[in-house]
Amino acid sequence: MRALAFLLLLVVSGAFAAPTPEDKLSRVFESIEGNRLDEALTRVDTLIREYPNFRLAHLVRGDLLLARSRPLQTFGNVEKTVPPEKVDGLRDEALARLRALRERPADDRLPRSVLQLHAEQKHVLMVDSRRSRLYVFANAQGRPKLIADYYVTLGKNGIDKARQGDQKTPVGVYHVTANLPRKKLTDFYGAGAFPINYPNEWDRRQGRNGHGIWLHGVPRDVYSRPPRASDGCIVLSNPDLESVGQHVQVGLTPVIISDEVEWSDAADVERERAALAAALEQWRADWQSRDTERYLAHYSSRFAAPGQDLNAWGAHKRKVNGAKQWIKVGLSRVAMFRYPRERDFVVVTFDQDYKSSGLSNVMRKRQYWVKEGAVWKIIYEGAG
Amino acid sequence: MMSLAARLAGIVCALACALPAFANDLEDAAKHLKAGQHKQALERVNKALAAKPRDPQARFLKGLILTEQGNSKEAIDIFTKLTQDYPELPEPYNNLAVIYASQGQYDRARAALEQSIRTHPSYATAYENLGDVYAKLASQAYDKALQIDSSNTAAKNKLSLTRELVGRPSPTMMAAAPKEAAKPEAPKPETSKPGPEKPVAPAADASEEVLKAVNGWAEAWSKKDADAYLAYYAKDFKTPGTEARAEWEKSRRARITAPKSIAVGVESAKVTMSGAERASVTFRQNYRSDVLKSNTRKTLVMVRANGRWQIVEEKSG
Repeated sequence: MRALAFLLLLVVSGAFAAPTPEDKLSRVFESIEGNRLDEALTRVDTLIREYPNFRLAHLVRGDLLLARSRPLQTFGNVEKTVPPEKVDGLRDEALARLRALRERPADDRLPRSVLQLHAEQKHVLMVDSRRSRLYVFANAQGRPKLIADYYVTLGKNGIDKARQGDQKTPVGVYHVTANLPRKKLTDFYGAGAFPINYPNEWDRRQGRNGHGIWLHGVPRDVYSRPPRASDGCIVLSNPDLESVGQHVQVGLTPVIISDEVEWSDAADVERERAALAAALEQWRADWQSRDTERYLAHYSSRFAAPGQDLNAWGAHKRKVNGAKQWIKVGLSRVAMFRYPRERDFVVVTFDQDYKSSGLSNVMRKRQYWVKEGAVWKIIYEGAG
Repeated sequence: MMSLAARLAGIVCALACALPAFANDLEDAAKHLKAGQHKQALERVNKALAAKPRDPQARFLKGLILTEQGNSKEAIDIFTKLTQDYPELPEPYNNLAVIYASQGQYDRARAALEQSIRTHPSYATAYENLGDVYAKLASQAYDKALQIDSSNTAAKNKLSLTRELVGRPSPTMMAAAPKEAAKPEAPKPETSKPGPEKPVAPAADASEEVLKAVNGWAEAWSKKDADAYLAYYAKDFKTPGTEARAEWEKSRRARITAPKSIAVGVESAKVTMSGAERASVTFRQNYRSDVLKSNTRKTLVMVRANGRWQIVEEKSG
């Protein structure tokens, strides 16, 4: 009876998500581990029939066939003289795919980076470079809920992009800026592309350059590429890119790229979110109060806006605020993300509804906040 | 491979009394083939076939001649028809595979060789050829994995044609198979592991006891008697993976009782004793149920405790 219930469960869950090629590859490895090599070969044959360009599957098939002929020495027993990195790339892909399937984040863990999503951001994408994985989270009442994850290829030279041509993938908080359909691209980009806004304000301030970092697909003749193979782009298999594409909103969907996705408790994330939200609210209230010194106390000594350091900024604000009879500031559509690699560093984006005697305007604004001692301070502010 | 005529002589002599002209033609054809005189060989074998068009020996010989002439198309035709008319003979499958392999059609070669072994699980030539074909297929798979042009993999292969059609599994056939001539002992189908156990000269009755236990195990399985079947597994049996014994038993029980009918055959069993209390048995396990057929190589490691031989390890493939 229990077996039947289990079977039913499998059927039901199967109805929601058809097994991906990666799931099927994983089942091949299960057969191998269970020493059911005939079954493994049958499974990999089926996989190759469905995805004839899945090179890793061919490598596994080679091993399974060779095992019938003689004992294997390693994974991927290629004897021909080929550059070793070609085989290594496939081995790395196998490891990355298997690890990702076996080391699942627990259901109650949340990505520490995503402090707050605003209601219109339906999804957030996070790239874990160490795992060669892209996680897609849905916005469930402001809280990220993991709904899918995919194997990705990143830059040949890893991450932490700094210079044009360094073949690295940037680390940071970005968002999708465009949707380029297949027909506008060469075959190299496969099913489509989603450029992101590297270099962002923080990258520029750090002197990082380069451009053209995209999420994109793969050429017709391959199913996927090794984990470190792109010039800095984030590359997915074409079916995966299409799935991810369904969740992308141009201008809205955040793409957070980090060494490793840091998983945290809901309570810890909430504590951090609340602290930031309180700081932001205090900044808003102090601005509205027209007490410019209290308002300026929210800014770090290292603050800089485009074309202005803290002194220039302060002088300008003193002048403007002092001339007002009243100021009203409303904040909405607030999103907050911890910035990877940096310590206690948060990007906050919001709609700022500014009304005053004399001037009113509504704009999208971005601030970078940094924790100095126990206090959150603004280190950058500009249009978002 | 060289003394083809000598070996063929033995086969055809049986026929000589009944049909002297036919037998002479066959014998001559074989001699010409050996001498590399393909044209004459073909004339003679055609003459023999005119007298007995369906004779398997003559057809087989003609297939060989055509193969050596490089006439793969007709040779394939002849060997294919032989497999249809005599599906129990392993040799036509083997030779069909050799021709396919020479054309770079390793998938077909593999299918034919697997068929050959299915008909005749101890057929050493087919095993060796199959090993080579698997290696070739592996190489092709690696080429696809690495996107290397593999158009030259058909260049050469060292697969062996079977020169004789023997018909029934018999010890003489094994001895006469060309590859086996050089080998001192009965062939083992695949690489046998140089295990730690020293093959002690087995007491005949001990290995018989072991075999009896293996047969009993297969019988319990065939009867779908899960209790009897599981009783053949020792307490410290190494379950596959990290499965707990109870879980494993449960899944075995389910597997054994699910099909309507099961028949498990143990073929070509070979017992290696290590001491008096431990043995390793390798055999072809021929499994048939109403849902699945499989023929796999299996090794059972067995130990004797309290006068009973029980399984401590089970390996397949």
